[in-house]
Amino acid sequence: MANRIPRVPVREQDPKVRATNFEEVCYGYNDEEAALEASRCLNCKNPKCVASCPVQINIPEFIHHITEGNIHEAAATIHADSSLPSVCGRVCPQESQCEGSCVLGIKFEPVAIGKLERYVGDWAIEHSGDLPAPKIERNGKRVAIVGSGPAGLACASDLAHMGYEVKIFEALHEVGGVLVYGIPEFRLPKERIVAKEVEAVRKLGVEIETDVVVGRTMTIDDLLDNQGYDAVFVGSGAGLPRFMGIDGENLNGVFSANEYLTRANLMHAYDPNYETPIYQGRKVVVVGGGNVAMDAVRTAKRLGAEAVIVYRRSEAELPARVEEVHHAKQEGIEFRMLTNPVRVIGDDKGRVCGLECVEMELGEPDASGRRSPIEKKGSNFEIDCDVVIMALGTSPNPLIKSTTEGLETNRKGCIVADEDGRTSREGVFAGGDTVTGAATVILAMGAGRKAAKAIDEYLKSK
Amino acid sequence: MFEIVSRRELAPNIVEMKVLAPRVAESAKPGQFIIVRTDRYGERIPLTICDYDPEAGTVTIVTQAIGLSSRKIIDMQEGEAFADFAGPLGRPSDLLDLPEEELKKKKILFVAGGVGTAPVYPQVKWLKEHGVEADVIIGAKTKDIFTYVDEMKTAGNVYLCTDDGSEGFHGMVTGLMKDLIDNQGKKYDHCVIIGPMIMMKFAAMTTKEYGIPTMVSLNALMVDGTGMCGACRVTVDGQTRFTCVEGPEFDGHKVDFDEAMRRQNMYRDNPKTNSEPNKDCKCNG
Repeated sequence: MANRIPRVPVREQDPKVRATNFEEVCYGYNDEEAALEASRCLNCKNPKCVASCPVQINIPEFIHHITEGNIHEAAATIHADSSLPSVCGRVCPQESQCEGSCVLGIKFEPVAIGKLERYVGDWAIEHSGDLPAPKIERNGKRVAIVGSGPAGLACASDLAHMGYEVKIFEALHEVGGVLVYGIPEFRLPKERIVAKEVEAVRKLGVEIETDVVVGRTMTIDDLLDNQGYDAVFVGSGAGLPRFMGIDGENLNGVFSANEYLTRANLMHAYDPNYETPIYQGRKVVVVGGGNVAMDAVRTAKRLGAEAVIVYRRSEAELPARVEEVHHAKQEGIEFRMLTNPVRVIGDDKGRVCGLECVEMELGEPDASGRRSPIEKKGSNFEIDCDVVIMALGTSPNPLIKSTTEGLETNRKGCIVADEDGRTSREGVFAGGDTVTGAATVILAMGAGRKAAKAIDEYLKSK
Repeated sequence: MFEIVSRRELAPNIVEMKVLAPRVAESAKPGQFIIVRTDRYGERIPLTICDYDPEAGTVTIVTQAIGLSSRKIIDMQEGEAFADFAGPLGRPSDLLDLPEEELKKKKILFVAGGVGTAPVYPQVKWLKEHGVEADVIIGAKTKDIFTYVDEMKTAGNVYLCTDDGSEGFHGMVTGLMKDLIDNQGKKYDHCVIIGPMIMMKFAAMTTKEYGIPTMVSLNALMVDGTGMCGACRVTVDGQTRFTCVEGPEFDGHKVDFDEAMRRQNMYRDNPKTNSEPNKDCKCNG
């Protein structure tokens, strides 16, 4: 194989320093680094990376444009399939998608597709002033979108390109859904990146109204019957946090990861200028092993606490991205694997003062194919801590389900939608976490795009 | 932005505001609440809706200054605007679900305390509009801090009580409740209590003695208020429930008030919260 250039490493903030601030961990490639890394791409005739991208970005083409120094063209190539390259370049699980199927990765290291996407996305943000707003002919039909997270933004942007008049209704005061309340600033800068990519969606003519809680402020039926929308896409995201159901979970100092992260991210609680308080904690234990758990534990560390992950399986089963686990370890997060909480211990004032855990061992594979954890009898022990954060996933938000007649939901409460986002209600489409349960940004975007296509077909056939 | 179209002081540190929020006014029902944020630095503060006018597009809120954020809210003036005003949130009062016939047979008692008086008003008013005249007990420490008494008198039969005996029955709401039932021949088959947690706890204990089904409206801590963060969780009948989407009203005989009060004080010592100790208020223990 001709390609012997090693994967170009990406510059990062020093772990010791970054564990004390909220600035972005990864600096990304500069022009030279990006050009060199792009030159590693074999430009495969049958690119496997494209097939494993949930929104099927033409990866070899955009990388080829980088090698020619034509970043403007590279941006156009990505924008044809994704409105959020700077976001996805940062938060996609590339190792299990595009980069995971890169042919170079068989013998060497895969092309750093995510870092290149980020490079192009950031270039586009920096140069957005130079690009004219696209001229789109309007077709006079209106689509309402519930939720301004990745699913809603992707759906809105595709529909706007097709000529629809699109309005997004967002329940919170900021636009971006999980991109603003969930993913921390140190992984995904809010003003510099998220707000700019949202701005690009607005530039397509998409209108966004905040402080509208669909299901309460207005119902889906209102939108269709009284507000003149021809179709609705529901991308309302994940919902209520799950807890373990163990003793002491309502003690002061026990939080869901959603609450802890929402305080830190959406409400900027780590910034003294903002009024929302947060428990800083002396020693914080985060229960769970997903990306949200990593985000919570690294936030706690940055707020000055000693921070620990407790996970009931072994490190091999951690559902979080490898890069996040690696970053967390670099920052000094302690990982206690094969450990499961059985009780939160409180003091006489009802505040957390410890977490009783039990040791686990791995047994036979369960339905998910992972070896199931089994409790070691009598191995109970206590971890001293003053904050416990539960990062155990979510169950769907009941607001839309309970106020939309005829909208089918499954046993778990997720909205039932087919591959293209069609629900049991005519004219109502759905995608993202509200359909699948908690998943990734890019899968939600993929669902939003598929639904946009289905909405287009539906409205053309009407 | 959501403009404050009128503002008046009801009592020291207690302010009523009418806020222009047409979408909220259109959908609001008695028992629901809103989330308000003063500006980009502000907290998201939940407040129970005290009145609403779909034609004018306004929603009325009453705020008592007890901390930094509530102080910021009451310091805002007519003509100024809140950055955010989202709602209506939570489930409307259970009374709204009753068939009209059944509702008309109900003997309903409302028990209001302190700043909880204003949120009782839309429920009493709604009942009057549906042909039901309810009894309303309003309790305060002293007569100068009564709020919403005149409004309430237009909608229901009002009974006042003060801890110091300066007006109405001399004693707490629980004493007046017992007096109405034991000495004045009143019979109730439904009770709604809104006020400070400690008052709701004891008033609910009283209705339990008499076997009167009781709802209480919980003012739990919240962040998003839309069913995402779980900050507002409360134990009802041994189960964890979320006040923002399953409440704010719960069965008063099944709420774990001690836990709810403890959770309400979660950030009391936080340097940001800056709670002002309120001499006039015995809530929050």
